Amino acid sequence: MNTQNPKKEVKPKITERRRFLTIMAQSVGLSALGGIIWTGYVEEAKASPLLLRPPGALPESDFLRTCIKCGQCAEACPYDTLLMAKPGDGLPMGTPYFIARDVPCYMCPDIPCVPVCPTGALDQESVSSEKDGKEVLDINKARMGLAVVDHESCVAYWGIQCDACYRACPILGQAITIEFMRNERTGKHAKLVPIVHADHCTGCGLCEHACVTEKAAIFVLPREVAMGKAGDYYVKGWDKKDQERIKQRDLKKLTTETERSAKKPQDYLNMDEELFDE
Amino acid sequence: MSKLYKYRYLIARRATQIGLLFLYFAGNAWGWKVLQGTLSSSELFGAIPLADPFAVLQMLSAGAVMGVNVFIGAAIIILFYGVVGGRAFCSWVCPVNMITDLANWLRRKLLLDKVERKVWVSRNARYWVLGLSLVVSAVTGLAAFELVSPITIFNRGVIFGMGMTGGVLLAIFLFDLFGVKNGWCGHICPLGGVYSIIGKYSLIRVAHNEPNCTLCMKCKEVCPESQVLYMIGKKSQIVDMGECVNCARCIEVCDDDALGFSIRDFAKSKSKGEIQ
Repeated sequence: MNTQNPKKEVKPKITERRRFLTIMAQSVGLSALGGIIWTGYVEEAKASPLLLRPPGALPESDFLRTCIKCGQCAEACPYDTLLMAKPGDGLPMGTPYFIARDVPCYMCPDIPCVPVCPTGALDQESVSSEKDGKEVLDINKARMGLAVVDHESCVAYWGIQCDACYRACPILGQAITIEFMRNERTGKHAKLVPIVHADHCTGCGLCEHACVTEKAAIFVLPREVAMGKAGDYYVKGWDKKDQERIKQRDLKKLTTETERSAKKPQDYLNMDEELFDE
Repeated sequence: MSKLYKYRYLIARRATQIGLLFLYFAGNAWGWKVLQGTLSSSELFGAIPLADPFAVLQMLSAGAVMGVNVFIGAAIIILFYGVVGGRAFCSWVCPVNMITDLANWLRRKLLLDKVERKVWVSRNARYWVLGLSLVVSAVTGLAAFELVSPITIFNRGVIFGMGMTGGVLLAIFLFDLFGVKNGWCGHICPLGGVYSIIGKYSLIRVAHNEPNCTLCMKCKEVCPESQVLYMIGKKSQIVDMGECVNCARCIEVCDDDALGFSIRDFAKSKSKGEIQ
């Protein structure tokens, strides 16, 4: 060992400022790391799944940010329909939902779950209608989901007579109707099949609960999952209400903008340079 | 009897914590209108709204438009802890406190503090987690800490059924037992951070009477936020740091009557300052 070396190791001086900046950088860096993991987890939890919310719930993304997870809706529910997502359920933690096949929503006329919501995540106005100039609760306006029939497993579509869902429906004859359908197999019978109507179905799930098949052949899905959208290009020309819908469209979006449409046809048709370039 | 007296605050705290859980449970199970909801938002006597100010803050950050009741509820809570209770939520209400206290008690019994490897986390980490949870809430549009908060998970577990809640609680227990001393409540939990800020100037304070102190340091050993007892054996004054949870364990373990509850006297502390 060279102990006679006169050169001493020069230790870098740690000033107070350097210490402060280093600790700050470390804290911000670790926070960013934590934030990335945390954000990832929250986004995963949000992306989950097909669940049915209580009546009057805001659209899912608004519902998730507005629900304070207090459970007062679940406590108010007289049928214990509403559950609170807990660890292990794999659903957004602490938010209310229901499994229609187990316990459906029995559509209480006084909707006890909605007025107790302290934040408005369950919107009372969306389940109220005007009656004699007064706002009254109207559970028929709830849109918790939409019942969908699987034609392959529904025994009515096989030709076996069953109207369990039709009979269970609280909006009997409107949300589900029974339609005749020719039974091609026998050639002389009719099938009596259930048809769901989206403008009346509340998504309460009583049909799913009542369905006789091993796994329900009629089941409720969230509306945004179950429904398509015709968009502004298709109009029911025979339907005044549908024409109103089209009137509200953004007229600027009627033409599709492309790179070429920015120029006039006589311009781009006469510009051959672009063709030669290729 | 004297043993009961020795643990009077601990017994009172456990009674409060379990009593509140019971009232919440009864609110759901039998429809008692005393305390309904959960710790994130509830209704007292079917009329008075209460709301967790931190949950409301996160939801605001996530961009929620909410009804007026939650703001009234949050204001009531802020007023209560800000004026009276200090950070008492953490030691008198929060159910997770029972888990972390158990871990901490075991640490002392097993002499873990003396033997084990040290894992270091700053006491200020909670304020970073607090800020972070607001940022993540804003980015994701969902109250970020509320989604993972073991406090409300435990609370809801008791009220609505536990599911896998035990796993969450076990994780916290193990972290506090083998990870960091007072790791969850004293370092990480952002709700503790929020109540530290809210309760900083509250009236109920632990006060140290220096002449009685024999420097046995039992108080510092038992204190979950031992940095707040910086004045022990040095100066007679109140515990003025917001991180004190008012759990009163220091008062109970003190054999020399050197610690006790007192009411903060703003006028007195000012005039004292003038004398010094």
